[in-house]
Amino acid sequence: MTAAVVTGLGIAAPNGFGTEAFWKATVAGESGLVPLTRFDAAQYPCVIAGEVKGFVAEEHIPSRLMPQTDRMTRLALAAADWAIDETGADLRQLPEYGMGVVTAASGGAVEFGQRELQNLWSKGKEHVSAYQSFAWFYAVNTGQISIRNKMRGPSGVLLTEQAGGIDAIGHARRHIRKGTPFVLSGGVDSALCPWGWVPQITTGRMSTVADPDRAYLPFSADASGYVVGEGGAVVVLEDAASARERGAPRIYGEVAGYGATMDPPPTSGRPPGLRRAAEIAISDAGLTPRNIDVVFADAAGVPELDQAEAAAISGLFGPRGVPVTAPKTMTGRLLAGGAALDVATALLSLHAGVIPPTVHVRAPAPAYGLDLVTGQPRDTAPRSALVLARGYGGFNAALVLRRTDG
Amino acid sequence: MSATTTVTLADLTRMLRESAGEEEGVDMDGDVLDVSFDDLGYDSLAMLQVIGQVQREYGIRLPDEAAADADTPRALLALINTNGHVPQTG
Repeated sequence: MTAAVVTGLGIAAPNGFGTEAFWKATVAGESGLVPLTRFDAAQYPCVIAGEVKGFVAEEHIPSRLMPQTDRMTRLALAAADWAIDETGADLRQLPEYGMGVVTAASGGAVEFGQRELQNLWSKGKEHVSAYQSFAWFYAVNTGQISIRNKMRGPSGVLLTEQAGGIDAIGHARRHIRKGTPFVLSGGVDSALCPWGWVPQITTGRMSTVADPDRAYLPFSADASGYVVGEGGAVVVLEDAASARERGAPRIYGEVAGYGATMDPPPTSGRPPGLRRAAEIAISDAGLTPRNIDVVFADAAGVPELDQAEAAAISGLFGPRGVPVTAPKTMTGRLLAGGAALDVATALLSLHAGVIPPTVHVRAPAPAYGLDLVTGQPRDTAPRSALVLARGYGGFNAALVLRRTDG
Repeated sequence: MSATTTVTLADLTRMLRESAGEEEGVDMDGDVLDVSFDDLGYDSLAMLQVIGQVQREYGIRLPDEAAADADTPRALLALINTNGHVPQTG
């Protein structure tokens, strides 16, 4: 079977903009969680977020695209440019229909949408941007990346909330296997506006702690919910043979296994599906749990969800049987961008041979039986990683990444 | 605005930039009066956006079909400055 390898990453994260800055901050345990500045959150119970700092859109986005793009799409276009740049490929030399785009989305470009709906209600329909017709559509990142880079092959959008980044990459791998040699995937999201904030608060899973260092403590006895952030990662998947043939300057690793499940109805009495998704992904990679060197956890930060994930991990690997980490403690959960960023982080971890730490958590609750990497990074030279993600509504997704040498 | 105010090419250029940006490689300050909007990098949605801005700023209403047919700055300015000055009632 054709192997799908990752040849380029583009990262826009609250703790680092660009692959190098992000990885340096992540290994150093530098958090990007802050009291919200993007809008006045004083009237809401949740006031901490992961904000991407220092992004000057005009430096990255052509003038023609500025009036028709939300921040989410601008971040995605910038990340896509970086990821493509890293691959060293000259897209003009590749067949347009041999390049696809599959990204994850959640609620679409809600900041743009909120502004235009406010124009509609307060000033009238003549004041609504013509670009509202597509700029807030949840498929817009895939569309704009595809148009800008003339990538006309099989493309799409997946919406499975926080699991979306993995599901998109899993789907991109299907396209690779069906003969599309170059597929851009991942997810970049931003919903830091009242309209994006309020629906998430209603889940009851967001932390109401107002201290950025104490708000999001997954697997801790003090866990009080999660923090939401913006950003994500774009990854370029290529057919391994064609990547080598064109002399791709770097291969971060192979997307070796993918699994996705749905949770049963809450009243069924059956267990949640996360462990099964992980088993499917590991088996799909032709591996056993013994071969997995690190787990990047979903890390919901909600006690019952942390417990369920810890049970899935220790059930598969044994108590303290594998190092587990949650670098998303530095960024918050990034909606459709979250799992994509975790995949990028895991690839950088394999590439560098270092497991980045979980920050702010002093130690996991002992009952979870987890070997959580806290405080310092670990130089254990992992060769394969399992990335877990859960999306609100019962989505589970797992991805196995393997180091490729040479 | 008064019914006698004339919308100039400079006004239109400014509104094009504000509403739809400027295509790379196109000099909007050059001799663009008879260059098609298509060649200037503005598609139909961009034109919809800029015509919306013209109507809001000048308090006029342009007939949809005539506006869509005005395919150069000269043609659009002619439409705005002759037929367009119907006071908005909505």
